[in-house]
Amino acid sequence: MAEAHPVGFQWVMEAKARGAKVIHIDPRFTRTSAVADQYVPTRAGSDIAFLGGVIHYILTNELDFREYVLAYTNAATIISDRYVDAEDLDGLFSGFDPETNSYDPESWQYAGHEHNHTVPQDTAKQRETAMGLQHESHGMPVPGDVQRDETLQHPHCVYQILKRHFARYTPEMVERTTGVSQDAFREVCEAWTENSKRDRTTCLVYSVGWTQHSVGVQYIRAGSIIQLLLGNMGRPGGGIMALRGHASIQGSTDIPTLFNLLPGYLPMPHADDHPTLQKWIDSIRHPGSKGFWANADAYGINLLKAYWGEKATPENDFCYDYLPRMTGDHGTYRTVLDMIDGKIKGYFLLGQNPAVGSAHGRAQRLGMANLDWLVVRDLYEIESANFWKTSPEIETGEIVPEQCRTEVFLMPAASHVEKEGTFTQTQRMLQWREKAVNPPGDARSELWFFYHLGLMIRERLAGSTEPRDRGILDLAWDYPEHGPDREPSAEAVLMEINGYEVATRRPLSSFTEMKTDGTTLGGCWIYTGVYSGGVNQAARRKPGQEQSWVAPEWGWVWPANRRLLYNRASADPDGKPWSEKKAYVWWDEEAGRWTGHDVPDFPVDKAPSYRPPEGASGVEGLAGDDAFIMQGDGKGALFVPVGLVDGPLPTHYEPVESPVRNPLYTQQANPTRKVYDRPENPLHPNPVEGRAQLFPYVFTTSRLTEHHTAGGMSRTLPYLSELQPAMFFEVSPELAAERGLEHMGWGHVVTERAAVEGRVMVTDRITPLRVEGRVIHQVWLPYHWGSSGLTTGDSANDLFGIALDPNVLIQETKAGTCDVRPGRRPTGPALLEFLAELRRRAGTQSVTSTAPGGDGPEPVFDNRAPDETRS
Amino acid sequence: MVSGNSLYGPLDPAPDAGYTDAPPRKGFFTDTSVCIGCKACEVACKEWNAVPMDGLNLLGMSYDNTGGLTANSWRAVHFIEQPVPAGRRTPPFEHTPTGPTGTHDQAVVAAGTVQDTGTEPGVGPAPDVLAAARTITPAGGTSPGSDPQFLGMPGVDLPGRIGDPGNRTDFRWLMMSNVCKHCTHAGCLDVCPTGSLFRTEFGTVVVQEDICNGCGYCIPACPYGVIDQRKDDGRAWKCTLCYDRLGEGQTPACAQACPTQSIQYGDLDELRTRAQERVERLHEVGVPEARLYGHDPDDGVGGDGAFFLLLDEPEVYGLPPDPIVTTRDLPQMYKRMGLAAAAMAAVAVAAFARGTR
Repeated sequence: MAEAHPVGFQWVMEAKARGAKVIHIDPRFTRTSAVADQYVPTRAGSDIAFLGGVIHYILTNELDFREYVLAYTNAATIISDRYVDAEDLDGLFSGFDPETNSYDPESWQYAGHEHNHTVPQDTAKQRETAMGLQHESHGMPVPGDVQRDETLQHPHCVYQILKRHFARYTPEMVERTTGVSQDAFREVCEAWTENSKRDRTTCLVYSVGWTQHSVGVQYIRAGSIIQLLLGNMGRPGGGIMALRGHASIQGSTDIPTLFNLLPGYLPMPHADDHPTLQKWIDSIRHPGSKGFWANADAYGINLLKAYWGEKATPENDFCYDYLPRMTGDHGTYRTVLDMIDGKIKGYFLLGQNPAVGSAHGRAQRLGMANLDWLVVRDLYEIESANFWKTSPEIETGEIVPEQCRTEVFLMPAASHVEKEGTFTQTQRMLQWREKAVNPPGDARSELWFFYHLGLMIRERLAGSTEPRDRGILDLAWDYPEHGPDREPSAEAVLMEINGYEVATRRPLSSFTEMKTDGTTLGGCWIYTGVYSGGVNQAARRKPGQEQSWVAPEWGWVWPANRRLLYNRASADPDGKPWSEKKAYVWWDEEAGRWTGHDVPDFPVDKAPSYRPPEGASGVEGLAGDDAFIMQGDGKGALFVPVGLVDGPLPTHYEPVESPVRNPLYTQQANPTRKVYDRPENPLHPNPVEGRAQLFPYVFTTSRLTEHHTAGGMSRTLPYLSELQPAMFFEVSPELAAERGLEHMGWGHVVTERAAVEGRVMVTDRITPLRVEGRVIHQVWLPYHWGSSGLTTGDSANDLFGIALDPNVLIQETKAGTCDVRPGRRPTGPALLEFLAELRRRAGTQSVTSTAPGGDGPEPVFDNRAPDETRS
Repeated sequence: MVSGNSLYGPLDPAPDAGYTDAPPRKGFFTDTSVCIGCKACEVACKEWNAVPMDGLNLLGMSYDNTGGLTANSWRAVHFIEQPVPAGRRTPPFEHTPTGPTGTHDQAVVAAGTVQDTGTEPGVGPAPDVLAAARTITPAGGTSPGSDPQFLGMPGVDLPGRIGDPGNRTDFRWLMMSNVCKHCTHAGCLDVCPTGSLFRTEFGTVVVQEDICNGCGYCIPACPYGVIDQRKDDGRAWKCTLCYDRLGEGQTPACAQACPTQSIQYGDLDELRTRAQERVERLHEVGVPEARLYGHDPDDGVGGDGAFFLLLDEPEVYGLPPDPIVTTRDLPQMYKRMGLAAAAMAAVAVAAFARGTR
């Protein structure tokens, strides 16, 4: 966190000064480790083994916050007796279909609800469309009426299942799998459990690298199980804090730049499943479930109304048919492979530099070199704009500048100080930015770009009678403009996002005001309130010392300016604070209302003693102690029956590329992971006993404070470039000795995809680990460098292949296997030969190339089954 | 002992320099125990003061690629990697298969060479690492460089302090943002013949770039090696404690940018009190190695305007353990010179007197 988020880290240092203990778990000793009270080196890709060990420690020592767990989690809920755990199936859960490598989750359901109609039947399709993402705000669509055993003794209750599932995650197993010593592990467990429950809370902080694994979603699941067991959710000082990769990443999922979501986590309709508005709405609101998603019709209709204005009427289903439909996987990696195959004509890149920043840089660049056109909007001429003349593929002959067919349009972009708008940070807080200076030259804001692009396209389409053009021609595309450049008003856009009454243009103050008859509109229901009273609430800047410690008048937080989600859990089931010290919201018996330091995340006048009548659903169905109001059963999910493609519980799988066999199961890696078997995407073989390893070392990548992601905003600046002026990678003295590497000499890291060279930094900060009785060396690389800018170098992301988490289609770019060699890597065509030779020695079978661009040696096809290790 | 002059001993420099209505003396307290090495201070300093780029030099001295205070780097963050206990209950590398620290014997093994390089392991790398590295024959990629030159890892500890390298089990990474000390008795200022260096009303020491004639006298006069000549214009440059910002009642750029309040700016008296409390607090919570540096008005420079909380001996950070203003003995020297001159004059007079006799 100190490394990638130094400004946010000031609050950790402040907490530390006030007595907080800081523990840092990371393969590499970073600036965070330097000031942490405990640093724990661990093997990249073994996190579930570690966290599972913590769960094991909590359960065997009965250290869970029992009152909280009983009241607010699904620990007592009874699961179908048809459920069979991964412990009993050697790493697979019940319902696995080896044909599609996916699960039928029917047996994971709550007892009595095995035929829950909201359970997606086709999890392979779920994987294609990254359906897991929808649950970011959805919660589980599970039924409200469940069977429970409040004594937690029923063999099929979640608590007992959890206990059995993690029974083998002992400190010894943690040590064997992660390389973390039992002493260090116990110290973490003691600190975490001692600093939780009634009087204390512990916060779990992760950076987005944690998600970049083939089991990334389950990493975070494992963390949330611990936080729920210890009562650290919905309470001040607790929670799981996701540090984002850069500004407004939260905003870019709220109002998404993702192929499968619409604003406010409404799912993008699927061509097969959602032919009508009604079917789409029902798929979101899950009739019969508890909670606020029951009003999904209002959220969906108000969005359509915001898009198509007066053209959207009840008679034409509010123009629902204009919405694009998904037909399968349209994720970023699928798209890149389709570009290589010539299926994609044009590509827009906004503030993104995939030539450096995305996994498998070579595939990214070859894809972009095979387009009709490419639009890049950025502050500088980044690698993704000049790959056709600077990429490493020029040297190898795979891209020939004179012949590269892609026409690149580099559009200069305004920086964040040169335009107005909002950032949404990880607390879901919107903060308005004023424009400080005008952008230089032709640089323009994104808002200007898309607004005027829209106007031009409509002009071009004017008079068209094609039905396919109606969606664009009928858009409500009118915003007030100002200035000589005709900049559209960002505040008008914010007001539309907030929503208003169509007839009066009165801004809505809450999404509960949204109507289904077309008399209101709103572009993102969760943001309703940010413009309440016609005031830009995101622009509020009341200093902290002039308001309460929760600081409700700084910016605006969705939903409803609520700073802490699920904060009903900060009070006990009777509505009293768990302790004076941790009081946050509570039930005021006299006033008959919830009150406290924050906006209560609960129906404000629903008493803790309230129990819903038989058959009630939606908001009415929430009992007075159903703290997790967006979940179908009102409970925090220790066990997840619906919504995950790869299992209801996190279980340890090795990364797709690992130097060791899975110590826990025959099943080596995530069986449901998304793979693309293609010649340009060879993956390293899994370890086979007794065979010499070509790629014996683990490597991982992350950031340096001095640079920003793919370097577009730092390698272009002299004052930042000089602070980390060249590509390097870090190895331990032990690995240096083993491989003949010298400090500050050249070395290169090798995989079947690429060889990446840099200066070797031999440092005591990196340690070898003992895993499964073997010494495992790890190599760390920064991923900031590329082929242009003030400082240039090889891109670490070139080393990775493409293997994705099945839930959200994020790539595994934080754990892989490699070799490390001294000296410089081969260059030009020799590099391709070198890699081809490696693949031959690794035993991957060669097939004819389908890749464009070349005279180089034939790439090698990886035709192994998704999981070859299963016997 | 020298006394009774303004070149040595405790005093308040601004009134001493003739300011009749000087504001309280300003300074920096840099608390290295909370530094996270983000280098925001370096960037903020360069941005505000338009200090030129210092060059793209990968130094291999941990994450320090600035290399020290120069005319083009007025803040410099030092990184010191030490295989020594950091007071943790479970040392991070205990039970891991680590060998001895990389800075000693291991570095020799790592170099894979018996060639005598003229440097001992533990001594910093050659000044121009990149040029030196270019002498390595590019390998075909499959075998080690055919004739590698051993560059060594930087020394991070006092010579001879680590007796038995053993297996490293613990580790700490010290970070420290270094800066001009704005001495009470500033040698640079004392020797400046043009008056370019002057004492401000805030008690700080500032170079006036339009007066400096590049004579360079100030450079050997600084006991800390801070002030430096810029190669292309010959003039001397260093931290001004953001004199232009102070005048407007603003905080210096580095302190303003520091996210963890490692760099604190304020009235020197108050900073000294705060620093004393901080050291005591650290001692209470089990950091006995915490100590102040440059805070004492009785030290060889009369106390620094910019002082530090360190977690090891000053030498580890590249700071002189007992700095003394280079002009301390000037009055005595003048006195002796005067005496000598008088004596010589007397001799001469005597000689003439004898001659005329």
